[in-house]
Amino acid sequence: MSSADIYREIILDYYRNPRNYGKIENPDISQKDSNPLCGDELEMHINLRENKVADVKFTGKGCAISQASASMLTELIMGKDFDFVKKLTKEDILENLGLHELGPARIKCALLSLKVLKYGIYSYVSEKLNDTVSADKIKEEASGLF
Amino acid sequence: MQTSVINIESIRNDFPILKRKVHKDKPLVYFDNAATSQKPIQVIDSISNYYLNYNSNIHRAVHELAEESTAAYELTRDKVAKFINVKNRVELIFVRGTTEAINLIAYSWGRQNVQKDDIVVTTEYEHHSNIVPWQILTKEKGAKLEYIGVDDNGELILDQLDTYLDTGKVKLVTFSQMSNVLGTISKTEEIIKKCRQKGVRVLVDGAQSVPHLKVDIQKLDCDFFAFSAHKMLGPTGVGVLWARKELLENMVPFNTGGDMIREVHKYETTWNDLPYKFEAGTPNIADVIGFSAALDYLDKIGMDKVREHEVELTKYALDKISAVKGIVLYGPPDITKRGGVISFNLGDIHPHDLATIIDEDGIAIRSGHHCAQVLMERLDVSATSRASFYIYNTKEEVDVFIRSLNRARELFRL
Ligand SMILES: Cc1ncc(COP(=O)(O)O)c(C=O)c1O
Repeated sequence: MSSADIYREIILDYYRNPRNYGKIENPDISQKDSNPLCGDELEMHINLRENKVADVKFTGKGCAISQASASMLTELIMGKDFDFVKKLTKEDILENLGLHELGPARIKCALLSLKVLKYGIYSYVSEKLNDTVSADKIKEEASGLF
Repeated sequence: MQTSVINIESIRNDFPILKRKVHKDKPLVYFDNAATSQKPIQVIDSISNYYLNYNSNIHRAVHELAEESTAAYELTRDKVAKFINVKNRVELIFVRGTTEAINLIAYSWGRQNVQKDDIVVTTEYEHHSNIVPWQILTKEKGAKLEYIGVDDNGELILDQLDTYLDTGKVKLVTFSQMSNVLGTISKTEEIIKKCRQKGVRVLVDGAQSVPHLKVDIQKLDCDFFAFSAHKMLGPTGVGVLWARKELLENMVPFNTGGDMIREVHKYETTWNDLPYKFEAGTPNIADVIGFSAALDYLDKIGMDKVREHEVELTKYALDKISAVKGIVLYGPPDITKRGGVISFNLGDIHPHDLATIIDEDGIAIRSGHHCAQVLMERLDVSATSRASFYIYNTKEEVDVFIRSLNRARELFRL
């Protein structure tokens, strides 16, 4: 993918004006991660109500891809069923970003937000729902991302 | 347009990799020399010659191959001694790199000599390899780790060193002779002098200095010195630790096993002489031999010429890059105080995005924290981009780089 295809207007817009940027007091799900290679950081907060995402926010710092990806992910899951959120895949994220052919170095930037989300769901499902079987599956998916 | 000091065309011909294209048809512009340098054909040939013609273990057998490999391996030690002006060759230990050399000192010297409430002084512009081993040591011993700060010009604040030395508790001062991020050349002799006056040991990290400046160990008069072959045309996996003989003799071995022993009995072992006491196991024979060719290569050009070329190129690059709108430069503005390393940020473009964009134009730079997160905190940035030069880089390449930065500005609508 050429830079002209990666750094489209929409990616730059989400990088410079991230939607749902910030924190939630006492969230149901709170998860943080970083990419040790480049130092990108991301924290996600989610509140659930009646099995739906009632609110989601993120904070972080990093490259345009990682920050736009996180912001777009929050928009994608806002108001959605928890089941929908649990099932999100790598392909869904790349599709949502319009970035299909990122090289191995940069795909981690795009997928950091999904990794944080999946680890967050894992903790929630295992600790608050006590469903270790589904939790382990989610954890495996998260660690398999990169 | 090449700099006047050295014959770049003939030098470039010695580096096969510089002929390759990247991203299909872009000539490679390699500006990541602070991470590792490219290798001339002489180094590559010398390594393959060893494997093709006299591959054998050293110091052990009596056959002809072993005699040849042992001689070639030990010849490198003599060349290193000459290159950095060490009087006694047995004070030179081959290790894997600067990182291993520093860890060796922390383990073999530090654990015996640093005690509770002692102080180890490092600086804010160190590579992680000159911070983490000292964090571990000082935590283990209940000692303290202190930092010499960096001022807004990217130079060390030496008044702070005086304050630490005045406590009378400092056991070691450790710092890099040239910063891998800012390019700052430390006032090495001044720091060493201050420490010696107080009887404090000094370790100099020469990973960035030895490849680019003339270094004279006897003149420096420090206690420990470390550097890596791969940043100075040599192969990866080879580094050098130099230390005063009386220190090495009193230090415990780092690795133990073959080669480093004199006699082994069931419950007792005596150590081999220096330098073998610190070279346990089969070393990286091929690459130590390859390093010889790298030293010859730099010797032939002359380190003064290497420096002159880099000063001219860096001056040219700083001039051009300063004119790029939105550029923020880190490190000393004064060219005499810095090496051929330029760290920068461009507008709100994150360094990773910038590196991705200019990579498309064939330009290899480094982006990120450069294993110097303490310095990133000091600069209040999460990352920087870094271009770093060596003997084969040209002003034309700098022009390609500047054009590419402007293309990045356009892509980011700056
Ligand atoms: C100043 C400095 N110190 C230490 C090191 C570590 O060297 P090595 O990775 O060869 O052990 C580096 C290399 O990046 C460096 O630039």
